[in-house]
Amino acid sequence: MLVHLDADVLEIVGLSLEVSLTAVALAALMGMPAGAALALHRFPGRQPVVVLVTALMGLPPVLLGLVVYLLLSRSGPLGVLGLLYTPTAMIIAQALLVLPIVIALSQRVVASMWEEYAELMQSLNVRGLHLVLTMLYEARLALMTVGLAAFGRAIAEVGAVMIVGGNINHATRVMTTAIALETSRGNLSLALALGLVLLLLALLVNVGVHVVARISGERNMVAA
Amino acid sequence: MPLACVLAIVVGLSSAFLAASHAWAEESIILQSTTSTQNSGLLDWLLPRFEKRTGIHVKVVAVGTGQALKNAARGDGDVVLVHARRLEEDFVRAGHGVDRRDVMYNDFVIVCPKDDPAGIAGLKDAAEALKRIARTKTRFISRGDDSGTHHKELSLWRAAGIDPRKASGKWYLEAGRGMGATLNMAAAMGACTLTDRGTWIAHGNRGDLTIVVQGDPKLFNQYGVILVNPERHPHVKERTARKFIDWLTGPEGQGLIAAYRLKGQQLFFPNASASAPKTDDE
Repeated sequence: MLVHLDADVLEIVGLSLEVSLTAVALAALMGMPAGAALALHRFPGRQPVVVLVTALMGLPPVLLGLVVYLLLSRSGPLGVLGLLYTPTAMIIAQALLVLPIVIALSQRVVASMWEEYAELMQSLNVRGLHLVLTMLYEARLALMTVGLAAFGRAIAEVGAVMIVGGNINHATRVMTTAIALETSRGNLSLALALGLVLLLLALLVNVGVHVVARISGERNMVAA
Repeated sequence: MPLACVLAIVVGLSSAFLAASHAWAEESIILQSTTSTQNSGLLDWLLPRFEKRTGIHVKVVAVGTGQALKNAARGDGDVVLVHARRLEEDFVRAGHGVDRRDVMYNDFVIVCPKDDPAGIAGLKDAAEALKRIARTKTRFISRGDDSGTHHKELSLWRAAGIDPRKASGKWYLEAGRGMGATLNMAAAMGACTLTDRGTWIAHGNRGDLTIVVQGDPKLFNQYGVILVNPERHPHVKERTARKFIDWLTGPEGQGLIAAYRLKGQQLFFPNASASAPKTDDE
């Protein structure tokens, strides 16, 4: 059972990576500061927000896909943008899907580091946005794990990208929707082979991030 | 409100991001079609040839006929290629589409495990076959997804005078999935199901299923193509879409449909110009 790494498979792999990495990057850009802010600042309604975000970690992709479909459909409120059945629509769906994960996990990471840094930050009088950014920088290694968790969820989901992307060949077909298609065609061995490629891909991204973390960790040790 | 804000930001950022990386300059249309045209490989055979001839890229969303028509009614597509005459006519009558044309036909077959648990092998009467399936309580998997095949199946049960939904969850199982996935289930469970011949021939995982009933005129399967109404949905690329419809129903498209063979068998029979298609294609 050998997968020919032909142009089609490479295209699908490329789009999977592009969509999921972009989605995670966008979610991180918004979710990590939001998570840190939740950890560092006390404001009315904070606890319900934390509970809500944590609950949304279990959001079914197919439900989110349906909501994004209804928003982006030509008859929906954002229909004029013409984004349905494009990679952009898939990125939007996956970014929204992993956003709660990024916020909730970032909040935990920053909250646990805060115990260590609270005194220092208070003595230096670091506050507000500056405090959020400083703590995010200090927590950057642990936040990579947050990013990986989000990436794992994004690259593995099929429900949302199927609905908003449409699984269009050479346009919006990604690994998971290709696996679903080959399974429905009864090409079980090809579907399985594609699944192995997907696993391999996830493994490579994880190894890559760990290597980066290791290198930057060592550099910090040297600097210290 | 916060969700809307977040969404607006994501849309803004990712559109800007992707505008750079994806060039959508090529001419393209969206075709809402059925799982049978995709799973049988027909569209993979036709569309690259159409693109080579015209430079028009056809993006296919393959779902059940019911969903394809609903998506198109929302304006999410330029053309539909489906197979459920009554639903198609309703779609046109409701003003969602214009200019419906016949494209091609094949037929449906009833497949069962080789040991023929319902005792229907060789029957020519599909309704009688369903009656026996019901009488013997042989497991039957329905698409159950509002697709063209599902509608055909329900019309056959009506012809048999049986309401199988009373047995839903017992011997009558509504899968709610595409044709290929339903065949996978039937093969795994040793159940009977109704399938279009194209998907059946192309399907790679039949287990010990085999065709037991075929050749009933009621099993005729007509495909039609419809332009999504450009007056109702101004973004529909009418000129490009019409080029595709004309090609598909013209000599080149029809010739290619007739020429498509899988495992030595012809899957679809073009009949765009025929006024009264013959049903005895067997």
